[in-house]
Amino acid sequence: MASLARARTALPRTRKIAPFVRTLQTAADSTQLHQDASHSEPFSVKLHEDSFRGYKTDAPSLDLEVTKDGLLKMYKQMALMRRMEQAADSLYRQKLIRGFCHLTIGQEAISVGMEQALTRQDNIISSYRTHPFAVLRGGTVVSLLGELLGRQCGISKGKGGSMHVFTESFQGGHGIVGAQVPLGAGLAFAAKYQEKPVATYTMYGDGASNQGQVFEAFNMAKLWNLPCVFVCENNKYGMGTSAERSSSNTEYYTRGDKIPGIQANGMDILAVVKAVQHTKDWVVSGNGPILLEFVTYRYGGHSMSDPGTTYRTREEVQRMRSTQDPIRGLQRYLEEWGLASEEELKRFDKDAKAQVDQAVEEAKASPLPEDNELWTDIYNKGSEPSYIRGREREEGHHF
Amino acid sequence: MNLYQAVRDALSNAMMRDDTAVVFGEDVAFGGVFRCTMGLAEEFGRERVFNTPLSEQGIAGFGIGLASMGHTAIAEIQFADYIFPAFDQIVNEAAKFRYRSGGQFNAGSLTIRCPSMAVGHGGHYHSQSPEGFFLAAAGIKVVIPRSPIQAKGLLLASIRDPNPVIFMEPKILYRSAVEQVPVDDYQLPIGRAETLVSGSDVTLLSWGTPIYHCETAMHMLNSPPETLARHVPESLRSAKVELVDLRTILPWDVDAIVESVTRTGRLVIVHEAGRTGGVGAEISAEVQKRCFLKLDAPVKLVTGWDTPVPLAFEKFYTPDALRVLDALVETLSY
Repeated sequence: MASLARARTALPRTRKIAPFVRTLQTAADSTQLHQDASHSEPFSVKLHEDSFRGYKTDAPSLDLEVTKDGLLKMYKQMALMRRMEQAADSLYRQKLIRGFCHLTIGQEAISVGMEQALTRQDNIISSYRTHPFAVLRGGTVVSLLGELLGRQCGISKGKGGSMHVFTESFQGGHGIVGAQVPLGAGLAFAAKYQEKPVATYTMYGDGASNQGQVFEAFNMAKLWNLPCVFVCENNKYGMGTSAERSSSNTEYYTRGDKIPGIQANGMDILAVVKAVQHTKDWVVSGNGPILLEFVTYRYGGHSMSDPGTTYRTREEVQRMRSTQDPIRGLQRYLEEWGLASEEELKRFDKDAKAQVDQAVEEAKASPLPEDNELWTDIYNKGSEPSYIRGREREEGHHF
Repeated sequence: MNLYQAVRDALSNAMMRDDTAVVFGEDVAFGGVFRCTMGLAEEFGRERVFNTPLSEQGIAGFGIGLASMGHTAIAEIQFADYIFPAFDQIVNEAAKFRYRSGGQFNAGSLTIRCPSMAVGHGGHYHSQSPEGFFLAAAGIKVVIPRSPIQAKGLLLASIRDPNPVIFMEPKILYRSAVEQVPVDDYQLPIGRAETLVSGSDVTLLSWGTPIYHCETAMHMLNSPPETLARHVPESLRSAKVELVDLRTILPWDVDAIVESVTRTGRLVIVHEAGRTGGVGAEISAEVQKRCFLKLDAPVKLVTGWDTPVPLAFEKFYTPDALRVLDALVETLSY
């Protein structure tokens, strides 16, 4: 594949740029105050006019109501998530985390913004870049890092690893590219069948968007009018292949055929919140499924085994980090709107670091799973086969 | 009642008892290609019995999602041959859901029905027996019935089993197998083989369609027709053959088979799928390990060949009574 990628660069690349089409705004700090920011009351802000684009539907309105507490909470959560992922990065480099590990650094606005706009009754199912969801939706940093380390305190008892993290209101954590998308349609069908007023957010990446089963799920969802939001986190690279090289149509929000779509700035957390509020309303009001594409960027490689610099330049990563970082974007809002001082925000960062440092120690102290976990949870307890073969005679287990 | 009516009866029983049970698959709303779901949509409504697009992977994944939310999902894959697009969902999603979530989520209430085995003219894509491919998928169960009574009891047990089950129905038996099937709700045990004829000289193990070829072969052994008589030694004609139906392929009933072979000292396994990497290979490996000192002959496999199921030579591919008879004679006179 690598040689193929190189061969392709030699080909003349025809990139058509239609001069009059406005492109999506991807700055993290382009939202303006609409009225004076208040410390106690909700106040309204106006998103950048190019924060959204719509396909077969109107783009969401640009007005959003926020509160100081909500903004601070999101800031703390994003800071914590980034610290946690950085800790995972270093644990992996120390060879304490084995197997696969996909980090969300750079994409925090999506998980935190979604959690802000949804309730615990809503469903979220996603792929393998999902650590923040597990923590934000009922897990803890200890249980997440413990899972990555394969320890007993892990959120899946140390049996799932980085890609397989679940909580009661987060349906995982799925390691096969695109395989969770039809499951999301099933979750949405169940919600509809049970007449629950909840939305199901079925997430996948720009890479997975070309899986056949994604389109199969689209079709079923539209056919049966399921309350499902298909969320494409477009971080511009499917593993080591840029979106332009893998997809005939990189406007992922338009790929649902008859399903309408919305493209949203995934770097400005306020645009994320607005887009999620809008799409939740859409599906819960019985309008059927909708596509939601977040244009975002991952700073790291696809996984820990990918340095992330062979298929894009260091300058590109550096430029995104310095100009479009979602945490710095929210920091700017808080400071410019007079809601928090730089010192306060620094203290939040410190708190996050301290919390993660402590969690790392706690997770490291947790023991590895007991031997018998090798053969539990394969079958339902009480209905197992009488014997499961281990590597050697004495390891075999009789129930 | 024949086998497809027994399946329909089981589905009806399951849906009557369980409001969350839904039946879906390609064309099931108007009865399905083998009529197994005939009238169910009228009986239970189109919200509970509905057609899906032609997307097996989607069907399986959809079913797993549905099941993980507590629904009883009964999916139909139109032919077992078409289960391969759904293989990823079954092996990587359904089978491991419980394990990799540490028991927090599972697809236990999912049952996937699929017509399987040869009809004599199905060829590459309508006559396969893919049960062997699922042997390594710890977390699921695979069940194959031999008759209408078995089909109904085992299907109800599969639907209610708290693990995902693949239920393969031998499609040639849909119409040809007829029994007096109780209309009441009943279940037969999963994971247990059944001894159909007791014997002491050789264990003959099979499942699904070939059970009937085995039965014919047993009669031929006891009283061979004139044309075959010279191939069947007199001394073997009174041999007592123990016929066992495995019924559940995964997890298979090791104890019952080992017990039987320990008594008889000989084992012949018959299945339609090819031999290499098949269920017979797995069973014989385990039996030869556990019964090594009790065996009077090597375990004999009578299987399809290691080719695709050939359209023109399907009758040659599938094990028939003659090949089973030959295997019995060889094993008994070893």
